[in-house]
Amino acid sequence: MSAVTENTASSAAPARPLLARVNWTSLAPWLYTLGLFVLWELLVMALDMPPTILPAPTRVFEAIMQYWSPIWKNSLQTLYTTTVGFAIAVAAGLALGLFVGWSKTIYAGLYPLMIGFNVIPKVALVPILVIWFGIGAVPAVLTAFLISFFPIVVNVATGLATIEPETEDVLRALGAKKMDIMLKVGIPRSMPYFFGSLKIAITLAFVGSVVSETVASNYGLGYMMSSAQSQFNVPLVFAGLLALAVEGIAMYALMAWIEMRMTGWAHRSSMSH
Amino acid sequence: MPHLVSIDNVDMRYGGVNGTLAVSGLTMKVDKGEFAAVVGPSGCGKSTLMKLVTGLHIPQSGVVIVAGSQVTEPVSIVGMAFQNPTMLPWRTTLDNILLPLEIVEKHRHRLRAHKKEYVEKAEHLLETVGLKGFGSKFPWQLSGGMQQRANLCRALIHEPELLMLDEPFGALDAFTREELWCVIRDLHAAQGVTIILVTHDLREATFLADRIFVMSARPGRVLKEHVVPFARPRDLDVMYEKGFNDMVHELHGEIASARVVA
Repeated sequence: MSAVTENTASSAAPARPLLARVNWTSLAPWLYTLGLFVLWELLVMALDMPPTILPAPTRVFEAIMQYWSPIWKNSLQTLYTTTVGFAIAVAAGLALGLFVGWSKTIYAGLYPLMIGFNVIPKVALVPILVIWFGIGAVPAVLTAFLISFFPIVVNVATGLATIEPETEDVLRALGAKKMDIMLKVGIPRSMPYFFGSLKIAITLAFVGSVVSETVASNYGLGYMMSSAQSQFNVPLVFAGLLALAVEGIAMYALMAWIEMRMTGWAHRSSMSH
Repeated sequence: MPHLVSIDNVDMRYGGVNGTLAVSGLTMKVDKGEFAAVVGPSGCGKSTLMKLVTGLHIPQSGVVIVAGSQVTEPVSIVGMAFQNPTMLPWRTTLDNILLPLEIVEKHRHRLRAHKKEYVEKAEHLLETVGLKGFGSKFPWQLSGGMQQRANLCRALIHEPELLMLDEPFGALDAFTREELWCVIRDLHAAQGVTIILVTHDLREATFLADRIFVMSARPGRVLKEHVVPFARPRDLDVMYEKGFNDMVHELHGEIASARVVA
């Protein structure tokens, strides 16, 4: 890598060599990912790992080709349950966040309840959801919802609770009602917090849906991986993990893009995070 | 002549019966059109005074009368500006300045229909404070001094009878501060608005005010009232005259001894 840097630095001449014309920063994510796979491959070769313990990436890609149809179908299923659960979490989280942030009393009353609820591992709720809704997509959607809505609530409520007292004084002295302050200041102000929390929430939503699919479903990547594992088809398990990583990165990037589009002002002004 | 603001023997205590007594026996009268300054040691209840006059706090005893009626709820005839400009970062400077019009009863219902007229007024105010053409900029694109100018515009857009300023120039550098002193001096002269300025800066108070109230340490009350004799319009050069320095010196001595008593 250092050879490349020297090369870039010393090439001030107009006809710059190919290496200097490449934008390394935008290429870096791809190169590093490639590097990871190469290291992984080398490690498997060096330690002579059997594919039932740790399959080499080439073996995993082989599995992806071989099982393309079930992987594709189950990926879509997981994406679907995750997105639906996440969408409910966004709506409910935004509503509850605004409600909680509305007054100090509501905040004080609901906060310990929400903490208590949040510390319960959601996997422990899956059996109850199965009793209520049976095996399938519904528990997966609900688990994704339950696990991802907490960060949204907390962030929205924080945005509302941290309005500068001076701003509130200026408006209240003009005769502003609570509703005015919420609409003019509170809600716009909490939007960067809200959109910021979506990145955390979508990642958690995947955790929820996959956990639920693993325990109690006949569809989805979680189910596919657990059944592949029971047949010692370890390359397929890893193929499922890769599919999850791809979906997760794509959704995260989408959320980051939405955040940037909706509340770019917050990144350029002093009020960040 | 009736006083615009009249505070009579007011006690204000925070946090219940055994809470801190912020001001006690506070009495103060400000005439219409006057520029009053309030100085005092830190923690003397100057911010409490702001909140009493604007109706954000209602005193436990005593009477606050603003524009002829006793204050029992927020009075919407005031504009406020604090040290922190608190511009909303998602609104342009112009939209920030128009914000009070979306709140005040008298204006909020006619804002949409008469938008053009209000925007013209805001742009005129921007021009007065030296921010012509900056209305479309976002507050975070402006310097601290420019934000504070915009803050003054926001405090004045609904044509308040009373402008309450709480150390509005505290965070600015010396030159910007002097520039803004002149801005506020000219605004006062042009608009005939009554101003109460709370400040730690004795030169600022002496340069700008007609009347200076010196407050005691907590619980705050008025120790002394000075009438500033210098003729208007005042130039910044007045600060280098002997009379000016003597007055600042005297104020300084009074506040120093008020601190010792505390």
